[in-house]
Amino acid sequence: MKKAFPILAILSATFLAYAFYEAMFVAPREQTMGNVQRIFYYHVPSAWTAFLLFAINFGASVVYLIRRNDKADILALVSAEVGVVFCTVVLVTGPIWARPVWGIWWTWDLRLTLTLVLWLIYVSYLLLRKFSVSGQTPTIAAVLSILGALDVPLVYFSIWFFRTQHPSPVIGGGGSIDPRMLHVLLINWAAFLVFASLLCWARYRLEVLHRINEENLSLAAMLEEPRFR
Amino acid sequence: MSSFTAITLTTLAKDLRLEWRSKDAINSMLFFALLVVVIFSFSFDPTAEESRRIAGGLVWVAFLFAAVVALNQTWAREMRNAVLDAYRVSPAPANPLFLAKALGNFIFVSILQALMAPLFTVFYNLRPLGPAWQLLPVAMLGTWALVVNGTFFAAMSLHTRSREVMLPLLLFPIAIPALLAMVQATNAILLGQDSAKFWIVLLVTYDLVFTIACLLLFETVLHAE
Repeated sequence: MKKAFPILAILSATFLAYAFYEAMFVAPREQTMGNVQRIFYYHVPSAWTAFLLFAINFGASVVYLIRRNDKADILALVSAEVGVVFCTVVLVTGPIWARPVWGIWWTWDLRLTLTLVLWLIYVSYLLLRKFSVSGQTPTIAAVLSILGALDVPLVYFSIWFFRTQHPSPVIGGGGSIDPRMLHVLLINWAAFLVFASLLCWARYRLEVLHRINEENLSLAAMLEEPRFR
Repeated sequence: MSSFTAITLTTLAKDLRLEWRSKDAINSMLFFALLVVVIFSFSFDPTAEESRRIAGGLVWVAFLFAAVVALNQTWAREMRNAVLDAYRVSPAPANPLFLAKALGNFIFVSILQALMAPLFTVFYNLRPLGPAWQLLPVAMLGTWALVVNGTFFAAMSLHTRSREVMLPLLLFPIAIPALLAMVQATNAILLGQDSAKFWIVLLVTYDLVFTIACLLLFETVLHAE
């Protein structure tokens, strides 16, 4: 870990820098929106990464409830934490783009609301883990993750009933995109995925060490000689 | 009568009897909702036309906050004298306990709504322009949506520090689609322009999905100690 981390961090930083160069200088300028459109190369990859991490969280939670496997629990915790970070990036970059293009910072549109509700659910998930005192944190956290996942389609249909304003998805949504733009977008997504995996991996190791340390501390406390006798 | 219904009814009867003698949940909820109504009324001071537009939101936000007051007390009684531990070691299945608690909360919140409805009408000059009878199914489905998840999350927050704060933090994000459906359905009925049908169907779906999920997962939560 100690040796591999700096190497991987440098690789990931180089990849991110290359993706930044592609997004800022190589990708063509959008005709109507101008340069402000370039935020799209950060907004969309962050969103995809966040949704992927939330899906991993759900899968790991189901596995935890069936197998009671500690690794699955740590994976669920880590993917929720990193997912919330990327989801925050989505929610911050979105309004920055929307203000000059739509003329408003925020609207209760389908994808915006869904992302915000997902963010809220996962923040409450992390709070539950933080506030939990019993040794059963993984179990109740996994249960909350499953209920949160059940909520997503319901949120989707409730907001879908309103007219939606967000540009339709660039892939599989019937929207057209310049192939050069798509190329840059995918490079950025790859860079974001590498970065997210690095974060998850570092956080995973940290959590494993943290748990080992806690076990040792409680063992030491049990074995310690009583002082006042 | 199967043992499932027997346990449900016994627990429900016990909770109702306790509530009838102490009136803790009802009194605190009622006064809390009254405060919300009064404070909203003078902070916005709406005209009749405005209040018809915002009433759906106001009513449900008041009920949501008031319901949290009752939901927080759901399991507190069982913590005293380790009743919950006794339940865990008893051979009785977990689901009747959950169902009884949810039904009890449903009854408390419904009583609150029945008492608060005249007050809302007085303070906000409400007169529905759409089919008023639809308000009944909307109120029942909406209340069940709140209490089924609320009872479940109250059981989950038993394992946390400062659990009274934890309940709304868990409940509100998950309840967003249900809350939206209740508010939109009530607004549609009060304004009489659109049909509330879509929102009622959404509420039915929400209730079904979460009732089944809570029943499937409650045993895991109860035995997590």
